[in-house]
Amino acid sequence: MRLRCPLCGERDIREFSYTGAAVLAHRPAPDSGEAAWDDYVHLRENPAGETRDLWYHVSGCGAWLVVTRDTVSHAVHTVELAAQ
Amino acid sequence: MRYSALRILKEGLTGNRGWKPVWRDPAPKSEYDIVIIGGGGHGLSTAYYLAKEHGLTNVAVLEKGYIGGGNVGRNTTIVRANYFLPGNSEFYSHSLKLWEGLETDLNYNVMHSQRGLINLFHSDGQRDAFARRGNAMINRGDDAVLLDREGVRKHLPYLDFDNVRFPIYGGLLHPRGGTARHDAVAWGYARGADGRGVDLVQNCEVTGIDVNGGKVQGVRTSRGVIRAKKVGIVVAGRSGQVAAMAGMRLPIESHILQAFVTEGLKPVIDHVVSFGMGHFYISQSDKGGLVFGGDLDFYASYAARGNLPMKEHVMEAAMTLMPVIGKAKVLRSWGGIMDMTPDGSPIIDRTGIDGLYIDCGWCYGGFKAVPGSGFAFAHLIAQDGPHASAAKFRLDRFRTGRGLMDEEGTGAQHNLH
Ligand SMILES: Cc1cc2nc3c(=O)[nH]c(=O)nc-3n(C[C@H](O)[C@H](O)[C@H](O)COP(=O)(O)OP(=O)(O)OC[C@H]3O[C@@H](n4cnc5c(N)ncnc54)[C@H](O)[C@@H]3O)c2cc1C
Ligand SMILES: [Zn+2]
Repeated sequence: MRLRCPLCGERDIREFSYTGAAVLAHRPAPDSGEAAWDDYVHLRENPAGETRDLWYHVSGCGAWLVVTRDTVSHAVHTVELAAQ
Repeated sequence: MRYSALRILKEGLTGNRGWKPVWRDPAPKSEYDIVIIGGGGHGLSTAYYLAKEHGLTNVAVLEKGYIGGGNVGRNTTIVRANYFLPGNSEFYSHSLKLWEGLETDLNYNVMHSQRGLINLFHSDGQRDAFARRGNAMINRGDDAVLLDREGVRKHLPYLDFDNVRFPIYGGLLHPRGGTARHDAVAWGYARGADGRGVDLVQNCEVTGIDVNGGKVQGVRTSRGVIRAKKVGIVVAGRSGQVAAMAGMRLPIESHILQAFVTEGLKPVIDHVVSFGMGHFYISQSDKGGLVFGGDLDFYASYAARGNLPMKEHVMEAAMTLMPVIGKAKVLRSWGGIMDMTPDGSPIIDRTGIDGLYIDCGWCYGGFKAVPGSGFAFAHLIAQDGPHASAAKFRLDRFRTGRGLMDEEGTGAQHNLH
């Protein structure tokens, strides 16, 4: 698998580190309660098909990326900067 | 006795026409007391123990493919009880005891071979950690022997002891650890459950779970609606999707784990050898193939096939540990879908829905759990309360933060196990 980093171009998967579902980019407020934090840290949609997840270009530019891809075919649809 | 050398000879000479299927292939009835979703190792053992331990036989196992086609037939077959943390430790200890009586119990040769498992260490700090683990295993009533470098050399003379990065300091030997024939485990439990009256329904995919007033009513399947008083979900890598049919979200992310086998060779590796620092482990099957594997590919996937970077990593680790392996030809590699929990430990629990139970989160270690998990899940379903050996495998431990079982000590977070 390869990812096309918006800053660096198409790169081998080994340059990236996977962090998990893209919900991780939306941290709840500290006082939003047990259920919201459980949702954020643990519970997952875990889809067979299209998913959005968060990757870190660790051996590249260091950007955080949101990748939309297919968990069954491994096709990568889009790679966007998480900051946008 | 159903199988004998004489019978094999006779069948061989007469075109093997006399063998009969060892379990029925029934159509599903419209109603059961208990429906088990998933005919993998855990689903089959659950059904077997429901019948044997609790006398419950109005039971169906619904399998979307064929019996033994999931991870139970894709794993590297290592069976061990060398866990450290309370919760895991008592569970795997119990499971290993069930393994030790399994062939007699099922009257089926599952080729359980307690050839000994050796976990290697490469530093003083690691030695301390393994000494501590060994003591925990002994306290639990299991066996562990701390080997120094020369002790390891006696067992595994073919290793590279002086690798610059990972010189071998010693190993923790678990003599009762070993392997078993994975398919035979599925077949043995299947035959045992079928013989006690359980319906094993194949090509029957569950597509919905009916819940009314907080109570489970049954399931919808590709072969029609089936009513049930109790339903158990035990579908390994597909846990998230099946739980979603009952409106649940799980603390599970599905990942691929790969494995490899070489051409058949003369006996060379007598034990199971685990090289944790290289994420590599190996044993030799009775057919002679070297069976080995590594770590997850490390991103969510349902592809049931792996990528090249992990293949390369595993081969590198193999060459680092035992250069002798370089001449062996790899025959096949494959992948299976793993139900990974944030702390790397499983779940056997009630759900928020009456009569709906779940057994999942086995990560990359659920083959050795097949007897123990079926035993505990059957108990949970039959008695509506946990069995002592699995009481800590609670679903709510993530929400509450109490009782997390993070063997690796890295934190209960999805991308860390
Ligand atoms: C490469 C690899 C190596 C491994 N090595 C080891 C090892 O050495 N030691 C060890 O202890 N463990 C190991 N494991 C882990 C172990 O194989 C699994 O944890 C275990 O087999 C999972 O439980 P199971 O046997 O019930 O799963 P499965 O056999 O996968 O059973 C689940 C079943 O549910 C069915 N199903 C799914 N969805 C539905 C539906 N909607 N309706 C009906 N049926 C459905 C599937 O078709 C499947 O047959 C390994 C796994 C892999 C992939
Ligand atoms: Zn980049």
